[in-house]
Amino acid sequence: MIHEKLAEIIAEHIDCDPSEIQPDMRFEDLGIDSLDITEIIMSVEDAFSIAVEVTADLARVSDLTAKIEELTAEQQA
Amino acid sequence: MVFIMKRVVVTGMGAVTPVGNTASEFWDALVHGKNGIDTITCFDVSESKYTLAAEVKNFDPAERLDKVTARKTDRFVQFALCAAQEAVEQSGIAGTVDPGELGVYVGSGIGGFHTFCREHEALLSGGPRKVSPLFIPKMISNIAAGNIAIRFQAKGPNMSHATACATASTSIGEAYRAIRHGYAAAMICGGSEAAITPLAVAGFGNCMALSAASDKNAASLPFDRRRGGFIMGEGAAVLVLEEYEHAAARGAEIFAEVVGYGATCDAHHVTAPDPEGTEVARAIRLSLPSSLPAPEKIYLNAHGTGTPLNDKTETVAVKRAFGADAGRIHISSTKSMTGHMLGAAGAAEAIAAILALKNGVIPPTVNLLEQDPECDLNYTPNQALHTPLELALSTSLGFGGHNACLAFAPVGQ
Repeated sequence: MIHEKLAEIIAEHIDCDPSEIQPDMRFEDLGIDSLDITEIIMSVEDAFSIAVEVTADLARVSDLTAKIEELTAEQQA
Repeated sequence: MVFIMKRVVVTGMGAVTPVGNTASEFWDALVHGKNGIDTITCFDVSESKYTLAAEVKNFDPAERLDKVTARKTDRFVQFALCAAQEAVEQSGIAGTVDPGELGVYVGSGIGGFHTFCREHEALLSGGPRKVSPLFIPKMISNIAAGNIAIRFQAKGPNMSHATACATASTSIGEAYRAIRHGYAAAMICGGSEAAITPLAVAGFGNCMALSAASDKNAASLPFDRRRGGFIMGEGAAVLVLEEYEHAAARGAEIFAEVVGYGATCDAHHVTAPDPEGTEVARAIRLSLPSSLPAPEKIYLNAHGTGTPLNDKTETVAVKRAFGADAGRIHISSTKSMTGHMLGAAGAAEAIAAILALKNGVIPPTVNLLEQDPECDLNYTPNQALHTPLELALSTSLGFGGHNACLAFAPVGQ
């Protein structure tokens, strides 16, 4: 569910179909640079009502999904 | 070592303007006296004293560029990329020149004004975390040149001159010098502006530069005694300049030769031109070739903003530059149709001058019904004039006292 929502956000930013965004894909391979990641994270923050720190370890789509899962779980706890 | 000055020619032109979104549409509109001024649509003008502007119409950046580029760039960069694309395609320069020999001088008077305003609002309403990471790279005024270089892999000299409303003329003139002096084989050059925002309109309005007219046919009135200021325009225009031998060797179509460039400063006042017009006149004279054609064969696309001071001063300056012949040269202000495209104006007007020369047609100063007695030269009122030309000039004057004049002639003369 989180992946699907994230895939939609990423797809909107790079103008592709959300189904093309796979969890193990590297942002770099999707042509997403650090500025794009920061922008994507701003959209993620709005979509999930969380605050995400931009860190260098966000290499793959799944890294960001895991971070969102962690933050939404913290919020619900 | 013998230093040989290179000859410089125009091999490509592109434009996105209030009267047409390609160079040929722009030219057709000018010849037919089409007025690009109308009520501002990009913001609500109900609280503004100034309600008219010359906006670019029917421009969809996602269609002309692509969705991602459209999202990651300010409107001024979108205009610049489209104009550059058109100019580069027309020139056929791509792949014929070493990347290190292809440069870009494309400037903007202001830069990403829309982006600046939007992100400032984001800061005020949501705090620092809501400011886009793309704010700076979308907004800075040199970023059109940076984006154009990336798109065309132009790794030669790359700069953005900022001389306010003279920006594009400065860029073209400096690009001419870069080729002439051997620093590049070809240059993509011109200017871009997209500043029709509530803040810019208020700012220009409060410094007494804008016309508060509500009738679009009585708003941008260069050389008319009814004139009360300029009408803001927007858009971009880009030329490909090329070293003559390089263009000739590859059989490129040559639209004109750049035969001169003059750059001076009034050093008088931040916004008002020096009423003596001496430095504008000197910029014109510096641009002139040593041997001049008959005055009837000369066209000068004037800066002609429609502010009371500019048009009067420019008239004085043209008289200083041409003496007794001033009344015999052909002059017009295409700003009567395009409004004032600010940092893009000089390049759009250079295209008007080049195509006037090539086609033997002078675009008119439209809505010039009551000529100001203090503006007593030949401004080609209302109707285009068909007449053979041998020299075309374009003047630009900017806040800060910047004066630039470009001179074009048919190649080979």
